[in-house]
Amino acid sequence: MALIEASAVTKVYQLGDIVVNALCTISLSIEKGEFIAIMGPSGSGKSTFMNILGCLDKPTKGRYLLEGIDVSNLNRDELANIRNKKIGFVFQGFNLLQRTSALENVELPMLYNGVSAEERRQKAAAALRAVGLEGRQNHYSTQLSGGEQQRVAIARALVNGAPIILADEPTGNLDTKTSTEIMRLLKKLNTESNITVILVTHETDIAAYSRRVIKFLDGCIVSDEHIS
Amino acid sequence: MVNIPSTMKISLRALKANKMRSSLTMLGIIIGVGAVITMLAVGTGARQEIAEQISSVGSNLLMILPGATTAGGVRMGAGTQSTLSMADAEAIKKECLAVSYVAPSHGGVAQVVYGNQNWSTGITGTTPDILYVREWYLSAGRPFTEQDVKSATKVCLLGQTVVDNLFGDINPVGKIIRIKNVPFTVLGTLESKGQSPTGQDQDDTIYIPVTTSQKKLFGTPFHGMVRIIMVKAKSTEDLNTAEKQITELLRQRHHIGQKQENDFTVRNLTQMMKVEEQSTKVMTLLLGIIASVSLLVGGIGIMNIMLVSVTERTREIGIRMAVGAKTWDIRLQFIIEALTLSLSGGFIGIVIGISSSEILSTVAGWTTIISLFSVILAFCFSALVGIFFGFYPAYKASLLNPVEALRYE
Ligand SMILES: Nc1ncnc2c1ncn2[C@@H]1O[C@H](COP(=O)(O)OP(=O)(O)O)[C@@H](O)[C@H]1O
Ligand SMILES: [Mg+2]
Repeated sequence: MALIEASAVTKVYQLGDIVVNALCTISLSIEKGEFIAIMGPSGSGKSTFMNILGCLDKPTKGRYLLEGIDVSNLNRDELANIRNKKIGFVFQGFNLLQRTSALENVELPMLYNGVSAEERRQKAAAALRAVGLEGRQNHYSTQLSGGEQQRVAIARALVNGAPIILADEPTGNLDTKTSTEIMRLLKKLNTESNITVILVTHETDIAAYSRRVIKFLDGCIVSDEHIS
Repeated sequence: MVNIPSTMKISLRALKANKMRSSLTMLGIIIGVGAVITMLAVGTGARQEIAEQISSVGSNLLMILPGATTAGGVRMGAGTQSTLSMADAEAIKKECLAVSYVAPSHGGVAQVVYGNQNWSTGITGTTPDILYVREWYLSAGRPFTEQDVKSATKVCLLGQTVVDNLFGDINPVGKIIRIKNVPFTVLGTLESKGQSPTGQDQDDTIYIPVTTSQKKLFGTPFHGMVRIIMVKAKSTEDLNTAEKQITELLRQRHHIGQKQENDFTVRNLTQMMKVEEQSTKVMTLLLGIIASVSLLVGGIGIMNIMLVSVTERTREIGIRMAVGAKTWDIRLQFIIEALTLSLSGGFIGIVIGISSSEILSTVAGWTTIISLFSVILAFCFSALVGIFFGFYPAYKASLLNPVEALRYE
């Protein structure tokens, strides 16, 4: 059984009279442990697809199985539960909470699944250590560099033991050197912890870290290549 | 399962991040709750004062005075022409079934002497019924009897003020005092009753048998004349019946024709005070409503700020949703925030309400009563305001679309 199984997924936005076909009949299957780069020009539907994969949004039509569960039929709270346990998000803009320490940012996903305060603290500290930020637990996001903020976000994505990390342009706001560090970290998580990483990028040298490149154009997949 | 302690921590942190805004929002609730508590204290105090007056005068009381009442309620020729007599009083007691006690009175002001002490006070000649009519008990000794009235005995009951001024620490029971130079034996003393509704010292009085007053102290223009007859009805429901029965009986006894006016007036004291009590009740209610409106305005202030807060924190809500916050996690976060504002505002409001009631009673001399009930009511009310006005913003937050919330700038 594939980890992710999308069959004939479409997404249509209706803005008054205008109909936007953001995704047109996407079928795709992703196995556990893959490292995938999604590429394509702006407006080609990459983020829309990532949001559906991450259960932040529902497809207009089609079936999406995550670990064999049909996600299209779940309600808000059930989807929230899946995001909490199965998915770790990494965003271009980091999306950390303001006026909140690195440690508390990493604890955030565990506030919503009944982990005790003591265990939360320990797990969050361990996740920060795993991304190389053990000395920065009590720093606020404004006191951290972009690369460090993105590491906090990766720690937050890891902390609940999610099998999938979805990263939408994770290096879009970072310089080349920091981008390389972040990609090495993601690569390490993929090889050492067998975490499935799916990321969106415009840059070919970022995509080079992956083993499979999927190209989008106007809401359709135009190529899907495995790299050895 | 919602994690309450963590949610509370999140809410408190959000409030602390905007201290000025939080305190101003709280101010609305503080003023509202403070006003509710103060107004209820003033209202309850006023009602209590009237209730005390009613019970100090005696309940279910009718007063029969000589002279007619004009349409405007002003008594004409009051006391100038005496029309009431002992015989009237006896007839009322015998024939009016709604009446339980009848106490006619006759007397005047006189000098009272004991040893080398003297005191000028009101002397009231009356019957033993007076103690039941006024619901007045003896603090020592015994009352005079119907027999004393029949034989015009020279005995008396002393009010506490008279006792204090003539006897000091000496026990007056059994002693002989002189009223207008006539010797009287003190049979007993009356319990202290304090001030009357009109502010007179009710304890500055002496009761003697009505016949003694008529025959031995003050005299009468005609046989058995009395100044006032006080009547106690059997019950509050009987008051109107009693008034009717007395009017009918006296008109008949005084030979008043169909078209002629009464030569006496029956006053329903209890009813007059009940009317006053009713108007105080209405006043309390009005004050309470006005105060509640300010509490409501405070609540709207909370709702307003919470709506602003939800909009400002749209992206935060999106992040929380992305990492797994469920509908009620988000809702509770904002409800607890609103509740914290309203409850801490309510708490400070209670303190301020209690202190301003105290200030009103010490500075302005108003009777204010803070009941536990009003404190609990105000607290529950502010909690309710928090939940009610916090719910809509919280509900709005929980319905945000996570994708759009994450993209919000
Ligand atoms: N909420 C929305 N409402 C309407 N149209 C949208 C919405 N989100 C995305 N779109 C449209 O869908 C298309 C794909 O957008 P997106 O997935 O964000 O592209 P990408 O991430 O590849 O740049 C675009 O044409 C965009 O305008
Ligand atoms: Mg995009």
